[in-house]
Amino acid sequence: MRREQADLVIIGGGPAGLAAAVAAYDSGVRDLLILERDSHPGGILQQCIHNGFGLHRFQKELTGPEYAWEYEKMAAERKITICCGSMVLNVSPEKLITVVSRKGVAQIQAKAVILAMGCRERSRGALNIPGSRPAGIFSAGTAQKYVNCMGCLPGREVVILGSGDIGLIMARRMTLEGAKVKAVCELMPYSGGLARNIQQCLKDFDIPLKLSHTVTAIHGKERLTGVTVSQVDEKRRPVQGTEEEIPCDTLLLSVGLIPENELSKEAGIRLDPVTGGAVVDEKRQTSCEGIFACGNVLHVHDLVDFVSEEAALAGESAAAYIAGKVSQDNVLELVPDGKIRYTVPQRIADRQEDVKVYFRVDNVYRKAEIRVTCDGETVLAKKRPVVKPGEMESLILTKEQLAKCRSSRLEFVLESV
Amino acid sequence: MVDVVIIGAGVIGAMTARELCRNRLSVCVVERANDAAAGASRANSGIVHAGFDAEPGTLKARLNVAGSEKMEHIAEELGVPYKRNGSLVLGYDDEDKAMLEKLYRQGQENGVRDLELLNQEQLREAEPGVSKQAAWALHAPTGAIICPYELTIAALGNAMDNGAEFLRNFQVTDIRETEQAIVLHAADGRQLEARYVVNAAGTFADKIAAMLGDDSFSICPRRGEYLLLDKECGGMVRHTLFRTPTQKGKGVLVTPTVDGNLLLGPTAEAQEDRECAGTTAEGLAEIISQTGSEAEGIPFRQVITSFAGLRATGSTGDFIIRACGKRAVHAAGMESPGLSASPAAAEYVVELLRGLGLETIPREDFHPRRKASHWFRELSFEEKDAYIQEHPAYGKMVCRCESVSEGEILEAIRRAPRALDLDSVKRRTRSGMGRCQGGFCSPRIVELLAEEQGISFEQVTKSGKGSYLNIGRTKGGEQA
Repeated sequence: MRREQADLVIIGGGPAGLAAAVAAYDSGVRDLLILERDSHPGGILQQCIHNGFGLHRFQKELTGPEYAWEYEKMAAERKITICCGSMVLNVSPEKLITVVSRKGVAQIQAKAVILAMGCRERSRGALNIPGSRPAGIFSAGTAQKYVNCMGCLPGREVVILGSGDIGLIMARRMTLEGAKVKAVCELMPYSGGLARNIQQCLKDFDIPLKLSHTVTAIHGKERLTGVTVSQVDEKRRPVQGTEEEIPCDTLLLSVGLIPENELSKEAGIRLDPVTGGAVVDEKRQTSCEGIFACGNVLHVHDLVDFVSEEAALAGESAAAYIAGKVSQDNVLELVPDGKIRYTVPQRIADRQEDVKVYFRVDNVYRKAEIRVTCDGETVLAKKRPVVKPGEMESLILTKEQLAKCRSSRLEFVLESV
Repeated sequence: MVDVVIIGAGVIGAMTARELCRNRLSVCVVERANDAAAGASRANSGIVHAGFDAEPGTLKARLNVAGSEKMEHIAEELGVPYKRNGSLVLGYDDEDKAMLEKLYRQGQENGVRDLELLNQEQLREAEPGVSKQAAWALHAPTGAIICPYELTIAALGNAMDNGAEFLRNFQVTDIRETEQAIVLHAADGRQLEARYVVNAAGTFADKIAAMLGDDSFSICPRRGEYLLLDKECGGMVRHTLFRTPTQKGKGVLVTPTVDGNLLLGPTAEAQEDRECAGTTAEGLAEIISQTGSEAEGIPFRQVITSFAGLRATGSTGDFIIRACGKRAVHAAGMESPGLSASPAAAEYVVELLRGLGLETIPREDFHPRRKASHWFRELSFEEKDAYIQEHPAYGKMVCRCESVSEGEILEAIRRAPRALDLDSVKRRTRSGMGRCQGGFCSPRIVELLAEEQGISFEQVTKSGKGSYLNIGRTKGGEQA
């Protein structure tokens, strides 16, 4: 078995991994490589052929593959090694990585590791929708792969459960391919997708969005023949008597994304039960020294542009760690109130610089005020006309504000009118 | 003309085929679905019962205990994982305690070895994960777990390696008897002549019996629903935990699986449909409510899938294994403990065929062994590395959740009995059985199934006839 060494190993060659590698290189790391399990870098961007990527990062509208290509070019210019077809089987807390590829099984001892494995879609099984198990039920991303990468059409009459962005994008995509999207059902009273996708993917094509609705039964023996859709009450329980049977041959599920942290768990990295990703500090360092995380493996982002931004931070931090320049003094814990579901980072280890804190809320709030308090004193207060679970929020804590915090807890509180 | 045709490629049909192949006989297995283990053998609890449940003197009692004794050896020969984890029947009150004592005596009478009654303290020591409400238990150390479809596929594969033929999508619609033979007619017009026939048709066994002119029994399919939890939960309990049985059956159990998941179920509901088993909201709720008092703190959030299976419950209460006329033997009503009994039931079927005049001359070249389907998974990193050097396809991962390589998937598609659809590949390799439930790997497996069979992507099915995954091409989407 081959044994190798590297200063920095990045697990995952999607948008997070690529951006982290470029940033690490630009911060001085030369001995680095990306391990990517697919046969191409770019991750899920490869199958996202719609536009809307890169408005923040490149100030232009790109498709997914174009956005990935921008970063592939940057990696190529820097001669960063990308090992495709390489799947990591294990990462030890000592940063020994076991990887399998067509060349065999190898172990790489790294000085620092960046986790950038992305996320997976929640499956039907996790939802426990009762009924039979015919063909024709796909997670939205799987259908996207069939359509955009293999030229296959999964079905002609479609119901979509969940109004996450991939579901919305696929509603439009299937419509453009001649399929009839009969309804998009969303369990919650609001959509989890971006406002622009609701407009451009549903409203522009007259596709009905049924809020507070879910699929309560699945019909069909060999291929799906229909689904039963029911309204749900405030506690998300189906309301008897509201059942409607919709004939269809395809059900697409867009019911949430789950960070893929199986490797992180095996490495003993502490996870945040809310995000499903690692608990990190402002440098994106996990509870395991020298192991960093960024992108959708850390928390699910709405826009790839912010994935790149976060990954660059992880890349720079890994470079600093390799150079021996990471300090951990006066750790501050960030404590969300529940209305604010989580924050990333969850802790601040070093107060020498401004820290941008990302967070998500648990419901739609109008005229919201987000207050950051320490020891009962308000450190920062920000007003927002509206905050929604589907759109990630952020605020910046300046180093001056951080320096003023005397306790080790920073509370994040949301109040709305 | 073949010597023996077996109708049904479930565990009983497959084990019987293998048993017959020990002799100089031509054997053919016909199956209405696109793969073996498509009925009850696809979805059941995977328990090798110790044998204390069945009433003494019944076929169920005799064949269960005998089958259970043989299972470990057969599993070893066929390369199928088998684990003797032991069973615990839990009792909560005095009524249960009396029942456990009855089961204990019944087990002794049936010849089950090493049974013991445990008090709460002993129970807690044997199984720390058990519910605090459980006060007594019957411990059966010979209880074991096995993967039912893996056993079925391996037994059929081994029979095929020894010359048996396997005909899929062969739905028997009529059976005619002549002086010399029995002729099976299939829905698609195929005909098959045989000297003897074994009816191992599961939920359709009464229909087949009727075609043979025997309407002495009927089959009432009973649906059993299950919840499968992530591998992170597989270690919660070591034993298979049952409730004290009631009139309704053995109740809902909690068990680790040989693959390391945690399995909860089954419910028991009679239904008309003989093929299609769906889950229901009520059934899944019942599993959750019952299992909560068997093990402590089951994390229901970690459910990765739910499924349902059908048991072929016969009208007699016992297995229906007997000769029918001069050329047929029924192996019907093989509900629980059918899987446990299967090695002994297969031998018994052969004995009955012999009684009808089938000559069984042992073959010297019979190979009882089959390479394990997951042999590659078991290798150490060093061994995998060495193998991949020679066979790079084994280094290309297709299913990330279960770490299944392209080499293993190709092996499943190429080796007897060949996997011809997505679910068949899944049953052989575990690809698509993990956390993402095939979200990432199924498109690639569709490509491999298409390439290997020389068919287009849209001809690839989930589980045979009519279960198409894609209905056509996108606009201008030509297949490369």
